[in-house]
Amino acid sequence: MDVAIVGASMTEFGEREGWLVDLLAAAGAACLDDAPLGPDAVEHCYVANMAGGEFEGRTGVMNALVQELGLIGAYTQRIDQTSASGGAGIHAAWQSVASGASDCTLLVGGEKMTHRSTPESSDIIASLTHPAEYKHGVTLPSFAGLTARLYLEQTDATREHLAAVAVKNHRNAVDNPDAQFHEEITTEDVLDAPTVADPLGLYDFCPVTDGAAALLFVPESVAEAVTDDYVTVAGVGGATDTHVVHQREDPTRLSAVAESAETALEQAGHGIEDVDVAELHDMVTLLEPLQLEALGVTDPGEGWRPAVEGTTARDGAFPVNPSGGLKAKGHPLGASGVAQVYELVAQLRGEAGPRQVPSDVALATSIGGFGNCVTTTVLEGAR
Amino acid sequence: MSDPELLAHGCPNGHYTNPGHERCPTCGESQRETVDLADRTGEVLTWTESTATPSGVRRPNTLAVVVFHVADTTVSVLGGTTEPVAVGDAVKPEYVPELRDPDVAVREAASQAWDGYRFRPVRDE
Repeated sequence: MDVAIVGASMTEFGEREGWLVDLLAAAGAACLDDAPLGPDAVEHCYVANMAGGEFEGRTGVMNALVQELGLIGAYTQRIDQTSASGGAGIHAAWQSVASGASDCTLLVGGEKMTHRSTPESSDIIASLTHPAEYKHGVTLPSFAGLTARLYLEQTDATREHLAAVAVKNHRNAVDNPDAQFHEEITTEDVLDAPTVADPLGLYDFCPVTDGAAALLFVPESVAEAVTDDYVTVAGVGGATDTHVVHQREDPTRLSAVAESAETALEQAGHGIEDVDVAELHDMVTLLEPLQLEALGVTDPGEGWRPAVEGTTARDGAFPVNPSGGLKAKGHPLGASGVAQVYELVAQLRGEAGPRQVPSDVALATSIGGFGNCVTTTVLEGAR
Repeated sequence: MSDPELLAHGCPNGHYTNPGHERCPTCGESQRETVDLADRTGEVLTWTESTATPSGVRRPNTLAVVVFHVADTTVSVLGGTTEPVAVGDAVKPEYVPELRDPDVAVREAASQAWDGYRFRPVRDE
């Protein structure tokens, strides 16, 4: 069964006063307000969330959300795929409708993080690693540092070239009222920032963020009957790579991005050359070029060039992260994959305002860990 | 008492990993063979110095991926370093009884081991 998205929303990302359920409820209610269907239509309600129990000491958030939104009776579950929980939520919501199990599924992704100190947040996120990694005090940024050094050794890329990703995505976020940051930065700002994981610095990395986002999924036949303003889910693919990051044959290749994208694009009947705009999981600047290579947008070792040459700018041939990306919009773990698709829905509806790029086909990748598990989604504007 | 082993785990098809797994990640066969790397010399593939470290972890925390030759192949091992290293440096494992403070880690202290090996550069005499 073909699946459509008929409602989308996100809260402002940043340091928010509300706690997890407050953020989820705000995004969920706004999504239902955006949709041509009311709460009575919702049969499944999924919550994408990585670590509500660890960050806030609260579990059972999916049941709490059902009650807050007046959805009592709906089937509900929480979906955790670490920092790809949002993408995994899309996979689950799409499956629920495509299989006929649900005629209307609300997906809400969210995370509340900023009340924790950076060492605490880093440790909660690092708890996704293998014991043989965790005992050494690894963090997700340290994986990025290890991989970046290798990438810079093996390719013609420099720190300045990676910084171009941060500069571009901060520039894009200036026009996104829901983004965490609204300030442009320069290459010098990136290069002069304090080191976080040598050779990468503070401005190479996304911030710690609170926020939530939501999407409403229905069969396309239902969408056609209730609105002209919907987006179709043309393909969804999920894949995994090694849990132990250093056990990859080529540490600079994101094989789960490549495999999940191949599945999603094949389902959609598209090649990567058909994609007009993409939201990629730029937890760190390095990940944007690595994804461009895994997606086949560039050859291996060349993924740093598009940001430098302007190809991935909003007015470039292949715009990437017009929302500002995780880098500047923020990265509330469970919300990020959902918020990527929120941005692409806005783009395909022609509602992205100053961020608008011409687009009929859009793609998002949501990455868990350091490429450990990935969901890719391909969307099309209403036929 | 001698230091614990630093094991590479191998399957019948000649694939080695550290740490080991229930089945070989490459081919799915059981990993029945082990090779102790504790006295061997490896080469630094890449390294980073992490300055934003979790609670109970030394700061800065220099980490490296080190490649060892085993049989006709290689195996990569992640670990801290005892001092700054460069890509291509020869290093030897050095046992550390407690790599971080388990009492302030998010992970339950009893759920895993906390000892292991850091890498010390092999300097010319």
